[in-house]
Order: sequence, then structure tokens, then C-alpha cells
Amino acid sequence: MTPRTRYRFHPLVAAAITALTVLAGCSAGSSVQEPTAGTTAGSSGSASPPAPADASLAIGFVLEPGSLDFTQADGAAIPQVLLDNVYETLVSQDQSGAIVPKLAESWTVSPDGLTYTFQLRSGVTFSDGAPFTAQDAAFSIDRVKADWKPAVKAGMDVVASAVATSDTELTVTLTEPSNSWLFRMTTRIGAMFSRTGVADLATTPIGTGPYAFGSWNRGEQIVLTRNPTYWGTPAALATATFRYFQDPAAMDNAMLTGGIQVISAVQTPESLAQFADTTRYQVIEGTTNGEVMMAMNNGRAPLSDVRVRQAISYALDRQQILDGAWSGYGSLIGGHEAPTDPWFTDLTGVYPHDVAKARALLAEAGQSDLRLTLKLPPVPYAQAAGAIVVSQLAEAGITVEASSVTFPVWLDQVFGQADYDLTIVNHVEPRDISTIFGDPAYYTRYDNAQVRDLFAAGDAGTPEEYVADYRAAMETITQDAAAAWLWSFPNLVVADASVRGLPQNAIGESFDLTTVSVG
Amino acid sequence: MTWPLLRRVGIFLLSVLVASVAVFALLTVLGDPARTALGTGATDEAVAALRTRFGLDRSLVTQYLDWAGGILHGDFGVSYVSGVPIGPQIADRLAVTLWLVAGAVVVSLVVAVPCGVLAAVRRGRPEGTLVSVLSQVGVAVPAFLAGLLLVTVFAVTLGWLPANGYRVPAQDPGGFLAHMVLPWLSLGLVQGAVLTRYVRSAVLDELNQDYLRTARSTGLTTMQAVVRHGLRNAALPVLTVLGVQLVTVLVGAVVVERVFVIPGIGSWLADSVGRQDLLAVQGIVLVLVVFALAVSFLVDVAAAALDPRVRRG
Repeated sequence: MTPRTRYRFHPLVAAAITALTVLAGCSAGSSVQEPTAGTTAGSSGSASPPAPADASLAIGFVLEPGSLDFTQADGAAIPQVLLDNVYETLVSQDQSGAIVPKLAESWTVSPDGLTYTFQLRSGVTFSDGAPFTAQDAAFSIDRVKADWKPAVKAGMDVVASAVATSDTELTVTLTEPSNSWLFRMTTRIGAMFSRTGVADLATTPIGTGPYAFGSWNRGEQIVLTRNPTYWGTPAALATATFRYFQDPAAMDNAMLTGGIQVISAVQTPESLAQFADTTRYQVIEGTTNGEVMMAMNNGRAPLSDVRVRQAISYALDRQQILDGAWSGYGSLIGGHEAPTDPWFTDLTGVYPHDVAKARALLAEAGQSDLRLTLKLPPVPYAQAAGAIVVSQLAEAGITVEASSVTFPVWLDQVFGQADYDLTIVNHVEPRDISTIFGDPAYYTRYDNAQVRDLFAAGDAGTPEEYVADYRAAMETITQDAAAAWLWSFPNLVVADASVRGLPQNAIGESFDLTTVSVG
Repeated sequence: MTWPLLRRVGIFLLSVLVASVAVFALLTVLGDPARTALGTGATDEAVAALRTRFGLDRSLVTQYLDWAGGILHGDFGVSYVSGVPIGPQIADRLAVTLWLVAGAVVVSLVVAVPCGVLAAVRRGRPEGTLVSVLSQVGVAVPAFLAGLLLVTVFAVTLGWLPANGYRVPAQDPGGFLAHMVLPWLSLGLVQGAVLTRYVRSAVLDELNQDYLRTARSTGLTTMQAVVRHGLRNAALPVLTVLGVQLVTVLVGAVVVERVFVIPGIGSWLADSVGRQDLLAVQGIVLVLVVFALAVSFLVDVAAAALDPRVRRG
């Protein structure tokens, strides 16, 4: 090779390497949205929408699904589009979190809590014309255990059998009583599929809902169309378009120029000022299932000492963190669970901001020069809150070394191996308190047999015992300062002033369009 | 001609081979695709089962040969995350990105050739200096910033053009153009500014050549002499730079696709990286690297065809 050819070749290779580097650099930025992905709206259709018109609506989202088959692929993006809109469940949640009928008109539970008998609606058909019967319901439940891949399928483990006793009656037998099972039936694992409609779920979803799947341009948008043969109140929208934006500024611009009419979840609360004109826009603020918490590694000294964890809890000024990190949107929580959950208790008074008390507890625990690490995932709320936490803990004499890690590193080191002292993450799964604090092997490493017994007893007890036991567990976990709960993640929606019926609180896993209309 | 050409083909193929090994190796050490595909709640058994299903438990050499062999047949595999074949998507997305890149290159040439010639011929005069200064400013502006500025002015404030989105040209040609104008400008103007400086220096080089002095002595103005005789010779160094630029434009496209929500290969790559879809990332990166190498190869061949001095090289 002559010097001249080499000269021409090198810059190209250099450019290719630059390309690779830039692309690798994208990883941090684009994984940013992942942990917040579950913060979507949902409700059950209790309000009656106006008579059908031919209105269309485009809604902006952040995370696009990889496929349309939530029986095989995990992630919040697929049920966000399809659950409640295309697929329906036997039972559903209303805006206050209560379980209400959907495809089941009613149900009874045997006194021992083991047998559920559902009376199903008749005259319901799937979007491909096939009728919905109890046989389809039994098939759908069996299929979760047999064919589903994602971890959420474990919610169906407690089912011993699902049998169609007639076309409209379904009997489900559990191996042990479980209140949480009926709740899980409102989530994606409770979605009803047609026995003849599961051949190509990744690209052709078939459900009983008010909307049918229309089209999907990858990288751009998914279109749902009104299901003309829907059994219930017909959808008010002729088409609903889910448009995907990786860049929050691009989503804001689309909203400002009429490209979309709804921002499903505001990613940067400080940008809300652009939508202050109430004649054109409305800002809806509600709650989600997300708890932003600073997890503390309960299994590693010195955080295994409850006094150290309590000292940290006293050292934090949560209002200051919420104001600084999330512009004050959201509400303070002292314990782990969303405000819409039945056992939610306001525990914000347990650890008021008290630096003197924090110092006293540290001295009692013999910690004179406490040094901890804080591993932050690349999400805006964690990055913003992290800096404030570091300075607040410094006031109490705790030196915190904060570092940002990529999401895969966070998954591996923090979540996988519990190799961390402190981290900040938004736990978005609904009713996840028993997952996070009921398993000593979970990354929180919280190990309390009494709490585990409460979870087990509550799940097996009456609905009243369920609430009481979970509430008691939540209080014990808070007393133990198993984590420092920072704030309840808000549901922030921006919409054109003409859009009606958007759910205020993000209760379930879907962006529920059943009550939404325009004009 | 034959032997050097064969050698260039050989170098190209070798580079592709090395690149494919590098891409495979880099992304294989990054993480466990099975665990990331199954999410935070997966059991170890489920992860192990998925590893077996996707053949991730085999030796790296076997995995590489299987992957590379599939690609030779156009089979990029099936995503671990979504279960959807990757190959057809690469084709779709690449087509969109090539529209973006092609338009941007046209814009950059339309800007750079006249501006560069003007800056060279009128060097030292106000208009020449102005072009030089403007191109310096343009070089310093990243494409995404240019994009945001253009959107703010032409979409949000004036409302003349859509802020973002994409239309398929075959279905909606008007919409396609309307949606592409701002992305083309934001990529093309920045690249055009870079290219202007190269055109200027290439033309300046030619201005000092004897043949141009001769041409001017026949009564042509400097501008006429450059346009009639100088441009062809100035094209060679510019062509080389344009090759490098094509790759830079491709990198810029990754960001611009994000700003303008264009479903090209760049935004898909960012998406796939975000959801840890490693097999998709491997396929996309390989395609981009091969594209860069192919551009290099073609520039090399074209330069040889234009200039006999290179041909011997």
C-alpha cells in the first residue's frame, strides 16, 4: 500500500470507529427511559363516553414495543398499548384501585378461598369474529403457565385448574387461597385470548376490546382502530395512534405543532411551562404505581445495622429532594406503596428531617466516619435526586461517593449481585411490596421472617385480612428503614384542551383509551 | 488496473471480516442478552432455558460462525428481545436512512461547491471572507443543534413545516418532502460548511497551477477559468473528503433521526441499544461499518479512475 492510499483509508476507518463510539455512547441515553416505563395511565371504563364520532387522536410515548406479544416479551410498552384497549380481562381495576367486573359479569369465591366461579358475559366476540366463551378463558389461563415467557407469568402459579363448566361459566381452582391472584387477573396475565387467534401474536393481536389492532410502522407509530362489533360502549375515537419519541424535546415539539394531542407521561417536568396556556392545553396530574426509593443494601455492613439505615432516613429532607429533582411534582411517601393501593398509609411522619437525630443514631451505632457508595442508573430522576442526597447526607457526617452506571451495569451489579451500598430507582410494578421486601435474596437483601409471614397470611386470608396484614408489613418495613422512600412518582399528562376522559391516575398497565374522546 | 483493483477488493473483504469479528466480540462481552431480554424478575432457570434456546451456551467461535454464516445468506437472526427477524427490518430502516443521507449530501454539495469556489476565487475580498467565516461557524455547530434550531424557527414558531415524523415516499410524496426538508437541511448545512473549506482549499491549490495561469492569459476571468478548467482537477481531493463525509453524515443521521423521529437505522440502533437487543445491535452496527468500508472502497476506485497518478499507487 502506498502512503497515498493509506492516507485515504485511515480517515474512513477513523470515522467508522467514531461511529462505533458514538453509537456505544447512545446506550446510556436510550436506556434512560427503561425503569420509568411502567408509569402509564390506566383505568376501567366507568364514565360513559359520548356517542361515537370519527375523531382521531395521536398520543406521544417514549418506549416503543419490540413486538406486540406480551406473552413472549417483557416490558411495559406492549400492555401499555394493547391491554384494556385490544385485550380485555375478566376483572379490572377502577380509578380508586377497586376490582370491578369486565368480561366477567360477576364472580363468587368459595368459603375456603380456593374456588372462584366467574359468570362471563355472553355475546362477546373477538375482533376476528370468533365468539368469546369460557373455553377461551380456560385456554388463556392455562396458556400463561404453559407458554408464557416473562417473569410475570408466576402470578398464575397458584392456579391448579381452570375449567369451563358451560359457555359462560368458568371455575378456577387455586392450590392455596390468594388475594393477589385476583388482582393479577387485572394485569396482562389476565388478558383473554381466542383459542383460534394466538398464531401470530407478535404482529397480529386479536382481542375482545373496544379497539382492534390497525397497523404498526416500526420506529414510528402503532395505530388502533375502533372495533365495530364491540360488546360494550363503542370507542369514541375512530383511530388512536401511539407515536413514539425517544427524545422528550421532539415529543414537546410534536405537541406544540399539532403532531400529537396528548403527551402520555411528561419526562421533564420543567418543560411544562410551555403548556401553561389553558385555552389550548390541559395538564393532568395524578398518581402512578411508581415509588422512587433510595434502596439500602440491608445485607451489607454497616447498612445491616438498623440504626445506620434510620440515621440515613432522618438525614434526608424529602421535600427538598422532590422540589429539586422533580420540580415538586409527585407526593411524599414514607413507606412503600402507591397512594391508590388499598393498604396505603401515610408514613411520611416516621422519619422527619432531623440531622441531630441522624448524628446521634450514627454515634450510637459506632459510625464516626461513615463512607458509602451510591450507584445511580442513567435515569433523570435518579441523577437529579442523587446529587441532593449526597449533599444532605454530608450534613449528617456521611460521605457518599456517587457514580453513574449504565443500565446493564446497574442490572448486573446492583440488581443481580447486590454489589452496592445505596442506589435510587423508581419501582413501577403495581403492588410490588412483597416482591421487594418479602424475599431475602432480592437486591434489597431485606430479611424479616415476621414480614414474610404477614405477606403469606394476608394473601391467604379474607380481603380484610389481606389489607390489614399488608398494612402491618408495610409499617414494619418502614420502622426497619429497609429503604428510604423519596416520593411517589406522579402521573403527568399534557393534552389538548379538547381531549376528554383521560384517566387521572395511572392504575394499571395500559394507557386506557376506553373513556377517551375529543370535543 | 486489474492488479491494484484486485488488491483493493482484497483489502475491502479483509476489512469486512475483521470488522465482523470486532463487532461480534465487542457486543458479546457487554452483557448477558438472555437476562436482559427476560427483565428484572426472571429466574435463573428461565435465563438458562433462553440461553439454550438461542444457542448462547455454545462456544463463542461456534456462535460467531453461525451468526456470520447466516448474514452471508441475508439472515441476521431473530431478536432475543422481541422474537422478530432482524434482517427485513434492517432493509426497511436502511432505506429510510439512505433517503436522509442522500438528501443531506445533495444539500451539502449544493452549498459547498459554489461557496467553496467563491471563497477561493474571491479570497481576501469581503464576500470571500464572509463565506469563510460562515463555514467556520457551520463547522462548529453539531447537526442536532442545527436541527433543534430549525425546528424552533420553521415548525414551532412559523408553523411552515412539521416538527417531526416521517412519511413513506411511495404513499405520500408531498408529505415525505415536507417531513424531510428540515432533517436534510440540519444534516446537509453542517456537512456543507465542512465541505466548503475543502472545496476552497482544493480550488486554491488549482489556482496556483500553471494551466490556470495560462487559461487566464487567454482572457478568461479567474472565475471562468476555475469553472471551465479547475473544477475537474479540484474534484479529486474533494471526492476523497466526500467519502469521509458520507460516513460522518451517517453518524449525524443517528442523532438527527432521533430529533426528527425518523424511523431509520440510527434511531432503531439507539432503540435496540436501549432495550439491550444485542443481536439487533450487532446486525445494525455491522451493516453501518460495512457501509463505511464500502464507501472507502468506492472512493478509492473512483479516485483511481479520475486520476492516473493514483491508479499506479
